[in-house]
Amino acid sequence: MDLEEAKEFKERCSQCAAVSWGLTDEGKYYCTSCHNVTEKSKEVINSSVIPNTKINTINRGLRKKRKHEKGWDWYVCEGFQYILYHQAEALKNLGVGSELKDEVLHSFWKRYLQKSKQAYCKNPVNTSGRKTKVLKDNLHCSDWASEPELLSGGDTDFALESGAEFQSDAQIPKDFPITKASQSGAASVCSGSLDGVEYSLRKEKGIVKMTVPRTLAFCYLSLLWQRETITLSDLLRFVEEDHIPYINAFERFPEEMKLYGRDKGIFAVESWPDYEEIYKNMIEVATFLDLPRFPEITEDCYLHPNILCMKYLMEVNLPDEMHGLTCQVVKMTGIGEVDFLTFDPIAKMKKTVKYDVQAVAVIVVVLKLLFLLDDNLEWSYSDLAETYNEEHKEDKPQFGFRKWYQVMKKTFDEKKQKWEEARAKYSWKSGKPLYHSHIDKSVAYKRREMVVNLQKQFSALVDSTPVVEKKGPSSFQFNWTEEDINRPCFHEHTLQGLLVKKGQSLKTKNSLYWLSTQKFCKSYCKHVTTYEESNFSLSYQFILNIFSFLLRIKTSILHEEVSLIEKKLFKKKYSESKKNSSRSKKIRRH
Amino acid sequence: MSDFSEQLTKPVTEDEQVETSVSSGTGMHFPWLQKQLETVVTGGKKKKDFAQTTSACLEFIQEALLRHQWQRAAEYMHSYLQTLEDSDSYKRQTAPEVIWKLGSEILFYHPKSNVETFNTFADRMKNIGVLNYLKISLQHALYLLHHGMFEDADRNLSQAETWRYGEKSSSQEVLINLVQAYKGLLQYYTWSKKKMELSEFDEDDYAYTSKSQNMLSQSCKTSVNICALIKVPGVWDPFVKSYVEMLEFYGDQDGARNVLTNYAYDEKFPSNPNAHIYLYDFLKREKAPRAKLISVLKILHEIVPSHKLMLEFHMLLRKSEKEEHRKLGLGVLFGVLDFAGCTKNKTAWRYLAKYLKLMLMESHTVWVQEEWNSRKNWWPAFHFSSFWAKTDWKEDTALAFEKAYVAGILLGKGCRYFRYILKQDHQILKKKIKRMKKSVKKYSIVNPGV
Repeated sequence: MDLEEAKEFKERCSQCAAVSWGLTDEGKYYCTSCHNVTEKSKEVINSSVIPNTKINTINRGLRKKRKHEKGWDWYVCEGFQYILYHQAEALKNLGVGSELKDEVLHSFWKRYLQKSKQAYCKNPVNTSGRKTKVLKDNLHCSDWASEPELLSGGDTDFALESGAEFQSDAQIPKDFPITKASQSGAASVCSGSLDGVEYSLRKEKGIVKMTVPRTLAFCYLSLLWQRETITLSDLLRFVEEDHIPYINAFERFPEEMKLYGRDKGIFAVESWPDYEEIYKNMIEVATFLDLPRFPEITEDCYLHPNILCMKYLMEVNLPDEMHGLTCQVVKMTGIGEVDFLTFDPIAKMKKTVKYDVQAVAVIVVVLKLLFLLDDNLEWSYSDLAETYNEEHKEDKPQFGFRKWYQVMKKTFDEKKQKWEEARAKYSWKSGKPLYHSHIDKSVAYKRREMVVNLQKQFSALVDSTPVVEKKGPSSFQFNWTEEDINRPCFHEHTLQGLLVKKGQSLKTKNSLYWLSTQKFCKSYCKHVTTYEESNFSLSYQFILNIFSFLLRIKTSILHEEVSLIEKKLFKKKYSESKKNSSRSKKIRRH
Repeated sequence: MSDFSEQLTKPVTEDEQVETSVSSGTGMHFPWLQKQLETVVTGGKKKKDFAQTTSACLEFIQEALLRHQWQRAAEYMHSYLQTLEDSDSYKRQTAPEVIWKLGSEILFYHPKSNVETFNTFADRMKNIGVLNYLKISLQHALYLLHHGMFEDADRNLSQAETWRYGEKSSSQEVLINLVQAYKGLLQYYTWSKKKMELSEFDEDDYAYTSKSQNMLSQSCKTSVNICALIKVPGVWDPFVKSYVEMLEFYGDQDGARNVLTNYAYDEKFPSNPNAHIYLYDFLKREKAPRAKLISVLKILHEIVPSHKLMLEFHMLLRKSEKEEHRKLGLGVLFGVLDFAGCTKNKTAWRYLAKYLKLMLMESHTVWVQEEWNSRKNWWPAFHFSSFWAKTDWKEDTALAFEKAYVAGILLGKGCRYFRYILKQDHQILKKKIKRMKKSVKKYSIVNPGV
């Protein structure tokens, strides 16, 4: 009970009209003359309207409550910070080192706030004028009689967990001061966050605005910085499998951070992340943040093509022996060089390596080298391999394309079917419905309730046996074992029948090759080349299909990557074919 | 009505009319066009995954329904319900109807479902999006009727009948009428049950009077319920039929005639053969003059030239004195036999044989020629091939005989059908065939000399 502290509260008591207040244990005011306890609590009064203290107080729950349970005052960037925080936590649970969250992602985010002039800069754009305005407004408000601590010293604890410190949010128009926003009901029609409306209107040149997909760009940048064993396609697959918060990530905001109106457009997503989009975002963000050269990707890094190729060879059930060939292709094309692989946002503007796609493309090239994939040679080689295996049952079996195709086709079709079914059953809607304004609120909640009731009714009609046991996250999507007859494993099969000795070295029996593309698009159309499925052999289509499904990318992207590797591999031939493009598609190796 | 649904109503009457699928006027359906149009609507923007997965979900449900996998359908239905919360407001408004259709289908067949589940579902769906309230109520009532729950259905309809929502759109008004009319139909059902009971009583019995009093009040209610609907253009056969039956029972012949005439002749109503049949049957019961009957059947002839009443029509025309009617009598018979379903109609053939002879005897050769000209290219193969001669003779000699006679007259005695029948040495028909041969020789429109 502290009468001294309660002095700032100058309102008359609603019961006895006296102005004589004390504080209860819960920090609420009570009238010392009639013992009437108010709704107002000490924190409400004392917590500063000045934004620079607000993040510090999030976790302490010491934020002012607005009238009518409207929740805290919060800014859009805080929302993104929450999402990033939860995503980082999820990554930590997936086995990523904690430095990613506490050091890398945190400093990227800090840098972002700084670069976008939202915080961590001495003189945030457009804030000085507004601050005085806020100050004036504060003084006019009798409710907020506390002394604004404008320049309160910065808390230097920058751990993301405790929330970063914000200097102030930039660019709130003069006629829209935050204090008013926090009080007047009219303003709250537009958004739950303080700056939601303004944020969604903001279009400033040179500033990369935060969006929900960009949170993944931040995650991936951090993963890349740490050289973690998660590729971009893995990350996005984990998102799709709900191991990393993304869709409805706002559900994890504290109860008091209310979202509605414009916040809906900012935080609600109705699509899974798209590889190309996130990739583009990642480069944008890295360039915007002006990040230095990333740690080098050397041969012992997971993202090095040699290691990734090994991983993907295992994943798609191809013989381990192929690894020798992939390494050779990597060497010949120079895509294993440190300088090529390392991301340097400043030096190599707008470009980096799609490690996963590239590794898979190398495997496609090797398959083409071995089997030509013209819907003919691969099958006749398979006949040879089958006869050989029939006659030499004691030996290590030779790899036959046909058998592999049959196994893969079946497994892949089943997998894809399951994937499609799971997607069709995905439930997008949050238990916390988003609405446009307070008027819609009850409708949105009633609708939700109705849907839940109906869902209960229909789930009663479904067999009670649990259909899908939730899979744990794994970088592998397929599991091949020797024991399973339906899914035989080809890892141990040899390539003997496909290679011939020439002098000291081995050389592929097949000496033909066809290029996936003859023409590369000019730079202005943004893609490398086009992929018209029907122009290609069925085997090639099949391989592109399973590989692109594995990475959840469009087949055309993989086709482009294959073409790029071929361009490097057959540099000389390419320049020749340019001179005489009408020449046969097939070119001879050696 | 809960305020929930009130909040949901927005002026969507125009939207309601919009079919979700693209169908051309002829009832043809282009599923591929729909997909193309969707991309046009979104302005080439990528469809959101939400839209993609829910439409995939819909396909899975439809497939499951098609294969009677109710359990699987219910499983997907669970996810499909989220379309009620679609952020696209147009889709959100059309969702309840789709969900009602799919859900009621699943609940109708699902082994674990029962009337109670269905009722809960229907009641919930009625209150999502007001615009479906009446439609769902009506279908709910039909479901209950299907399960023999007569009283519940009646209660349901009464509830729907009194339901009002602000300014009714015109489409809703028809629905209210329909709800009332179905209620009327249920009352008619009770009424006709009572009528059956009544027929077992003696007229002087005390019970008879009270019963018939009861019935009278019933019929009053019914007529009120039905008569609003049947003023609206549409096909209301069962309603009209039962309404007329009641009117006739209470001796209101004029009322019944008015209803039927209006139903048959009002131009706003869609062309409906039954309307004319009902009117004809009524007039026949009333012993109306021949001219009147002819005029009713003439319209039916235009709509359904192969209707079985056409033979009756022919008889009426035949008895008429008017030249024009007698000529039409010939056309009617030809018209009936143009249809594959009537090729073995013995009566029609007999009438035609007789009438042809009569016409030719009265030297109306031109009339016969006129009808024959448009048919002479295809009737020989259609009716008078030697294949038909063989089968007809095997199956029904009398039919073959009539047909042979017609063939002889129309095609001459050289015709295959005629010759085949002639060749059959049939003991009983011997005389008849001989007579036919003679008559054909005399009347055939084909001049053997040419």
